[in-house]
Amino acid sequence: MADLEKKSIDPATIKMLKKAADDGCETIFDRAEAMKPCPIGAEGSCCKNCAMGPCRVPAPKKKEGVPPKERMGLCGATAETIAARNFARMVAAGTASHSDHARGIAEVFLATAKGKMPEFSIKDEQKLYQVAMDLDIEIADRSVQDIAVDVGRKALEEFGRQEGELLFIKRAPAKRQELWRKLGVVPRGIDREVVELMHRTHMGVDQDYQSLLLSAARCALADGWGGSMISTDLQDILFGNPVPVLGQINLGVLKKDQINVVVHGHEPLLPEVLVAVVNEPEIQKAALATGAKGINLVGMCCSANEILMRHGVPVAGNFLQQELAIVTGAVDAMVVDVQCEMQSLAQVAKCYHTKLITTSPKAKIEGAMHIEFDEHRAGAVARKILAEAIGNYKNRKSNVEIPEETTDQVVGFSYETINYLLGGVFRASYRPLNDNIINGRIRGIAGVVGCNNARVTHDDPNLTLIKELIKNDVIVLVTGCAAMTCGKAGLLTPEAAKLYAGEGLASVCEAVGIPPVLHMGACVDNSRILMAATAVVKAGGLGDDISDLPAAGAALEWMSEKAVAIGHYFVASGVYTVFGVTWPTSGSEEVTKLLFEEYENVFKGKWGFEADPIEAARKMIEHIDKKRKALGIDKARERVLFDMDKRREIDAA
Amino acid sequence: MSKIIASAAIRGAHKIVGRAEQKYQEALAKWGPDQEVGFPDTAYYLPIIYAMLGIPVQKIADMKPVLERCRALLPPFVKEKAALPYLAPALDAGMATFFAEEMTEAIRYLEAPNFYTKMEDITPDNIWLGAASDLIFRKRGVEFVDGTAPGFAAIVGAAPSAEIAKKIATELQEKNLYVFMCGEHEGKRFSEQLVEAGVQIGWPTRLVSFGPDVSAAVFAMGFACRVAMAFGGIKPGDYRKNLLYNKDRTFAFVMPMGFVTDEWYANAAGAIIWGFPTIADTPIPEVLPTGVCTYEHVVSNVPHDHIVQKAAEVRGLKVTVASVPIPVSYGPAFEGERVRGEDIYLECGGGRTHAVELVVSKNMDEVEDGRVEVIGPDVDAVQPPAKLPLAILVEVAGRKMQEDFEPILERQIHHLINYAQGVMHIGQRDIAWFRISKGAVDKGFKLADLGKILHAKLHQDFGVIFDKIQVKLFTEEKDVEKVLAQARDIYGKRDARIEGMTDETTDTFYSCTLCQSFAPNHVCVVSPERTGLCGAYNWMDCRASNEINPTGPNQPIPKGDMTDPKLGQWTGVNNFVLNASRQKISQVSLYSIMVDPMTTCGCCECLAAVLPMCNGIMTVNRDFLGMTPCGMKFTTLAGSAGGGAVTPGFLGHSKYNVTQRKWISGDGGLSRLVWMPKMLKDECRERLLKRGEEIGIPNFIDMIADETIGVTEDEILPFLTEKNHPALSMESIL
Repeated sequence: MADLEKKSIDPATIKMLKKAADDGCETIFDRAEAMKPCPIGAEGSCCKNCAMGPCRVPAPKKKEGVPPKERMGLCGATAETIAARNFARMVAAGTASHSDHARGIAEVFLATAKGKMPEFSIKDEQKLYQVAMDLDIEIADRSVQDIAVDVGRKALEEFGRQEGELLFIKRAPAKRQELWRKLGVVPRGIDREVVELMHRTHMGVDQDYQSLLLSAARCALADGWGGSMISTDLQDILFGNPVPVLGQINLGVLKKDQINVVVHGHEPLLPEVLVAVVNEPEIQKAALATGAKGINLVGMCCSANEILMRHGVPVAGNFLQQELAIVTGAVDAMVVDVQCEMQSLAQVAKCYHTKLITTSPKAKIEGAMHIEFDEHRAGAVARKILAEAIGNYKNRKSNVEIPEETTDQVVGFSYETINYLLGGVFRASYRPLNDNIINGRIRGIAGVVGCNNARVTHDDPNLTLIKELIKNDVIVLVTGCAAMTCGKAGLLTPEAAKLYAGEGLASVCEAVGIPPVLHMGACVDNSRILMAATAVVKAGGLGDDISDLPAAGAALEWMSEKAVAIGHYFVASGVYTVFGVTWPTSGSEEVTKLLFEEYENVFKGKWGFEADPIEAARKMIEHIDKKRKALGIDKARERVLFDMDKRREIDAA
Repeated sequence: MSKIIASAAIRGAHKIVGRAEQKYQEALAKWGPDQEVGFPDTAYYLPIIYAMLGIPVQKIADMKPVLERCRALLPPFVKEKAALPYLAPALDAGMATFFAEEMTEAIRYLEAPNFYTKMEDITPDNIWLGAASDLIFRKRGVEFVDGTAPGFAAIVGAAPSAEIAKKIATELQEKNLYVFMCGEHEGKRFSEQLVEAGVQIGWPTRLVSFGPDVSAAVFAMGFACRVAMAFGGIKPGDYRKNLLYNKDRTFAFVMPMGFVTDEWYANAAGAIIWGFPTIADTPIPEVLPTGVCTYEHVVSNVPHDHIVQKAAEVRGLKVTVASVPIPVSYGPAFEGERVRGEDIYLECGGGRTHAVELVVSKNMDEVEDGRVEVIGPDVDAVQPPAKLPLAILVEVAGRKMQEDFEPILERQIHHLINYAQGVMHIGQRDIAWFRISKGAVDKGFKLADLGKILHAKLHQDFGVIFDKIQVKLFTEEKDVEKVLAQARDIYGKRDARIEGMTDETTDTFYSCTLCQSFAPNHVCVVSPERTGLCGAYNWMDCRASNEINPTGPNQPIPKGDMTDPKLGQWTGVNNFVLNASRQKISQVSLYSIMVDPMTTCGCCECLAAVLPMCNGIMTVNRDFLGMTPCGMKFTTLAGSAGGGAVTPGFLGHSKYNVTQRKWISGDGGLSRLVWMPKMLKDECRERLLKRGEEIGIPNFIDMIADETIGVTEDEILPFLTEKNHPALSMESIL
């Protein structure tokens, strides 16, 4: 581990890596050094879908004058089929993850609506009405509870629906819906699409890569416009639609003289309850009795994003910092639920005094303490967890070292909030955004999302990309771990506009008082970006489909299967989406060509791969400029002055 | 919004709302919750609050929920570092500001009932006009609708000197804009500066001195809100439509002059919600990105000699300024200016001397285009105060010129001459009356300039129908007499020709959609026997207008087959209206108030309404402020029937139309008329007498009740019974 400085661009991370090394504690950064990725698996060329394999069908080496040898698995599955199947299975797993999370929320939501879960309540009635309308639920003068029961029931039905169309599909621009129907990719039910995709990818079923990838698109859409969207919307109704709030981020939010509890994972249920009970007098008293100055609740990964967006709870860091939080020696308990929790946490915790507590019945970790979260006695569970942390404070070792780095960040940009922010209560509208895109102050919109990946310098690709984008007047919407990267780098403050953004974007940021990069939530909240894009389409002047927008997406540090599902639903929704690090179908030229090129004709959106962030930015901007040209807004707009004749031509409001 | 501006606006809003709360508490303690409160003579209550929230503030107690709304809208102060987004909160603060100021101003009407003149004009000891009554609002609002006034400049504070104030005001007037003034800067106020510079201020000259404090800005915003409700048909409480209507159609902007205080910022932030940007003469921060306004939101540090031009550009306003080669300013804003007493240099007509104006068509070789001759003494030959007889003979020629267009051109003389600064014109034909001020003569104005105005403007507006025009101005008694005799002969022939025209003998009617700039669904259908409801366009005018501008707002309507002779419905008319109303109206009756009545934009001279108990119809003219037997004043009536909505039982029409033979003939015609204001009756007396003869009831005029008889159905019914009014024995109107 000679070159620790190159492992991350975040000073706090580097400090903790040095400390880990000093403490003799192994981290993911060490393992990434020691073990290289399997080259055949990396390109999607390994098929282990039956016991005759695993079959390896790596891309043949090209020799001049010699026709490439067609490789295939024992059953005859071609490299195309194998790459497409592997890709499709990632989509299925990603969709399953978001959607199983969503199902849990929907169950709690329905029970809450029925009054069976007194520790939760309907916090955001406005959003409830909006969602009810989108689900064709009558509002009239019905009680909030009745409406909520219907919303919960209908949402839950989306998972097991066998035919028809997912209800949120009709939120998309009309033209996009038509395209999906024409291609036959409108999802029927969320579970059904996952199950069908698993079936299709079984040995000897669907062996046409085009068909497999269309089916994967159908499954991915069941994530973006289904599971993820249900999860975001119901969470907003239960816990409040995010509005701008100030928070802090990075390991410096841990407090040496307080009991530090890190909540890590993805579902907001337990974190919300922890936020609610942590200030109870008995708990505070118990904490003070240990000699600590209080309890410091902080977040990690997307659990952090959820409670940050809604309460301004400080964030310790993103995915690659989960072990490092423990390495500070100051974390008295780390509470995890589902997704992206590394098993190594248990090992790292052993080096220090940290209690690793698993809480989801779906996710246990060997060597961790398990306190199962039960929504019906949520408060009691939360108090028990806090008691464990309080009890553990006395076990802290002497090697406590917390980096001082923390950064302010302004977060909480739900798509409804953006609508409000652009015009206030009385003129709320996306129109000013469209206007400034049309007049060129804003060149376009980019969504940069996704994970951290230990195969590249932590935070570097995403941050470099985002800085390059905003420098070129592209406003950036972020979620998940990419959002945290921006937070740590200070991009999520209004001051960042002047420092990093191009003149045009900066002037809009100054006018509205927003950062040039807008934090829209957890990775499940990428559905917010879909809704924001749709709102921009509906505000007019920028075409009539998401694919007409001068917009692009990226996840340069992706690592999870969820990222592939997200990427695929963005592409199927008409967005050019660039991934970095590695590309999972590079074993098949055809499959890759289909995704990278032909999908532009099929979905009017396409995939791209680019590991170099500056080059990725260039490609995205080139795409944005192409869209601007198609819209006829690539030239300076003339000022139109109105006389009475012109005014007569305006239609009634 | 820049952070500096947003921070200041939010601070300002907190102060203004705080003061309103205090005022409310004082008023509550002094007068109690049931004390009536409001602006004078309006059906729109406190118009901003009414338009935005749909809350009619009538009593002190009604202010409480509005103040609570203000509090809810008020955002926290903006932080120095890592501030939360501030544009939307600042705009919300601006709205709270207007609500608060409107209530503060309303309480002022209670505390100091004579603080404002409540009239169109200033008085010798009070220049503050206060909120426009609905009478003023309707009269002036019409100018917004027909395009003579594209919008307004809201000036806050004071210019560096009275001279600069005058120059800016004149420039704004020349762009036909209204100038709404309020607020104070270093002890000076723009309105006071204009008075100091000898400028006539008040509604007639479009220089409106609303009030001394910045809070009087709500009178300007309330005016805009009312335009949307009255002419745009936008319902109270439909804030979004009202605001977008104003953004798209009312070309207003804010022009702060001098140091911009927190309170000014709060008001400017509010104005932005309506799409009205700020153009400042001080170096405040700029907000250039577009969105809430059509173009920039705040442009600053503009030099005074560029500020009017810049403001128009930022607001996206195009004004075609008439270029007339005369030595004084020229434009509609000067139409209402008066020349009186000491100011008069020369007077012609008005009973002192004869004055006559006449337009005749000639052969092409008889007219030399642009020739203006003054035959007799001009201003330089007389000493003020002088009187001269005057005959203006306008001779036009052209291939498309027709005899029928002569009266149309002639009717333009009144406003075209009035548009000149320092020149006043009253009347028409042989009762014309001219006054030329000393100020105008000082600047070099001569009688020949009257001719130059007519040459330039008639060419500009009517050039399509004639090719050449020459003007002769006679000031010798004998010449004037000669023209007078010729004129009287021609007037007689014209009247007879128009009288003879009927709907039956004409295949083509005309549309008028001039008002669609403000009432987008409204369509007037003008036939020979149904003049436009504004009183400004008869069938002949529309025909001429269509000749001049074939794609303009007056289109020929082939009337098609008559489907209902009683109601006056034709296939061609219905088809046209369906299309022109943007599919909102499929059928229209030209002769009925009850079945498919024509819509009104809100500009109508009169509004008729059914009186069920009397089995008749009443009508009321816009100038009548009192109550009427239908239980509504004109303005309330216009509020429910205006804005292009179809409202059976209500009908907008012109004054002249009352005595046209087809007026509500489908419902029984003139015999249904049971009530009209005395002033209207007097104005129409001659024609009513004549129509009485025609319908076989020579004393019909005496059967029509007016406000001296009563203003409720109960009050007038005994009178109608006593007079044996024909309506009482007609079939039921319902």
